[in-house]
Amino acid sequence: MVRIGLDIGSTAAKVAVLDEKSQLIDTLLAPTGFNSAETARAIERTLAERGFSPQDNPVVATGYGRVSVPFATKTVTEITCHGKGAWYLFGADGTVIDVGGQDTKVIQLANGRVKKFFMNDRCAAGTGKFLEVMANRMGLTQDELSALARQGRPVEISSMCTVFAESEVISLVGKGTPREDIANGVIESIAQKVVSLAKKLPSNQYFLTGGLCENGYIVERLGARLEAPVTTVPQARYAGAIGAALCAPEEGA
Amino acid sequence: MAEEVDYYPMWESLGMDTASHDALLGAVGQMYGSMYLTQNNRPASTSYLDNFATNLHSGAIKEKLDAKESGKAKKIIGSFCLYVPEEIVTAAGGIAVGLCAGADFATDEVEKHLPRNTCPLIKGFTGFKLGRVCPYIESSDLVVGENTCDGKKKAYEFFATQKPMYIMDVPHVRTDETKQMWRNEIHRLAERLEQETGQKITAESLAEGIKVANDKRRALQRLYHARAFDPVPISGLDSLLTVQAAFMDDPVRLTGAINDMAVECEKRGAAGEGVAPKGSKRILYTGTPMAVPNWKLFNIIEKAGAVVVGEECCTGSRYYKDLVDESGTTVDEMLDAIADRYFNIQCAIFTPNPGREEDVIRMAREQHADGIIDCSLQFCTIYEMESFGMEQAADKAGIPYLHLTTDYSTEDAGQLNTRIEAFLETL
Repeated sequence: MVRIGLDIGSTAAKVAVLDEKSQLIDTLLAPTGFNSAETARAIERTLAERGFSPQDNPVVATGYGRVSVPFATKTVTEITCHGKGAWYLFGADGTVIDVGGQDTKVIQLANGRVKKFFMNDRCAAGTGKFLEVMANRMGLTQDELSALARQGRPVEISSMCTVFAESEVISLVGKGTPREDIANGVIESIAQKVVSLAKKLPSNQYFLTGGLCENGYIVERLGARLEAPVTTVPQARYAGAIGAALCAPEEGA
Repeated sequence: MAEEVDYYPMWESLGMDTASHDALLGAVGQMYGSMYLTQNNRPASTSYLDNFATNLHSGAIKEKLDAKESGKAKKIIGSFCLYVPEEIVTAAGGIAVGLCAGADFATDEVEKHLPRNTCPLIKGFTGFKLGRVCPYIESSDLVVGENTCDGKKKAYEFFATQKPMYIMDVPHVRTDETKQMWRNEIHRLAERLEQETGQKITAESLAEGIKVANDKRRALQRLYHARAFDPVPISGLDSLLTVQAAFMDDPVRLTGAINDMAVECEKRGAAGEGVAPKGSKRILYTGTPMAVPNWKLFNIIEKAGAVVVGEECCTGSRYYKDLVDESGTTVDEMLDAIADRYFNIQCAIFTPNPGREEDVIRMAREQHADGIIDCSLQFCTIYEMESFGMEQAADKAGIPYLHLTTDYSTEDAGQLNTRIEAFLETL
């Protein structure tokens, strides 16, 4: 028997499969698309093909689409799951930062349990969506944008609002500001917003989970602004899914 | 009970916009159905609440207008706040009613007169007036307002252009001088109400008014204590509605119904019967008031599997926790006793206001709460401000704490759900 965790986010759906010893033996990543129920069904088929049938193994769903997974044994919020997933991956207490597609969360871990948490309000500032919109506007992938940003000098993007910030980027392009400087400004803007949320739960170490964990430059900038180490690993993208799998009952099904 | 009465002539005679009102009643009815009637294992005596909700804008209004018609009551006196003493209203021959403020209505019209970043409660009552959809506002002969928060006191300047209004000045610090000033305000209100109703307040009528209000409070206190059982015998949603009803329904009928609920809940508690399984997470609510039909937050909390076991707010314990001293014999003595009771309400307009934190921690312990949810209506500066101290007080007491900010819309339901479920998972 395995335990399966599904993290249906606003942008991406992540799946983690844990074996009986709670070792991570498989992962799956797919765009959520516009229909999370359809995405869930596609994941169900893929899992079955790989020999992890959701009918025979317990499944826990998390993320904003957690209610659209008909084959889930239960649902758990992404706060608890990212907390558990981070504890699994990093094995230490600290503050977990999850930059998601439509929200950003900071979670304080004490003895591996969620003690406190904060989420951004109804606004895309400081989320993956902000980065996505800006990268699209500049005709770049998110990785290209980060790579460019590293070479640039900061230019101020003052708007908190993603829509207004996009207009600022357009006018900077119009003024002939170098692309690498604009890219740098975009990264600084997102880093500043994430950090102001993270500082509500100060710690001597931070863990980054979610979609930006492989974005080395952002990790670097977060660390510089927090004046503390920000640790991440490639599997941290799956932290929510891993946490969900860990919430599944260990036997039965 | 089910005799058909056509209420349209009454609503029309009150000058209401019946088409908009139909839409409002439809929406509130649907909300009531999905939030209240889907609850399991409610005490049988909560049928009173269903009747109250059904008659809220119809039979309950007719009853008040009939009382006025027959001379049993002189005037209908509306208010928005706990600081307006109902004892004095009834002693002067008035019927005290709380006015509707718990939903968005006619927001575009409201924003012609009030800034957008005004709290939803203030926008709510302004919208109900401008939309002419609240029979409580329309049937009120006089509305008594109070200088509590900045938003309300300035909004009353506009409201006074729509309705006859009288404003009480509520102190914001507690000293011997402000206590005397508040006593003077209470005496001034008594005179104004006598002038409105044409009925002199006598020692007898005031003693009766005090007794009726105290009986109501005693019944609500008893129900509150019955909620300390695990499993909890009555939901937070139903309990919230008992206090919301206390502002609007006939006091003697309400007291009888609440006592029935308390008796049934005590029996259920002793027998281990509840509205949720034993061990369900128990939440103490504190924060801004919830006017009818603002049931949004309690519905989310309880649909997520937790139970609200107490509410430290104006539509909760502050309404019933303190009684008026009944030993006074003259009108002046009794008015002073009323003033002193209301002076002690732990509202966030006071500075400093340590009593509220003390009440919250005491109630959380009394009701065996697993966590505290402190919620402010958006743009309510004073409650947002107090949330920082409240969090520290909760930390010090070792009780998990969650602060939320919301409004009357449903657009943040998803985020609220996630925050609340996540908080429950940490308990």
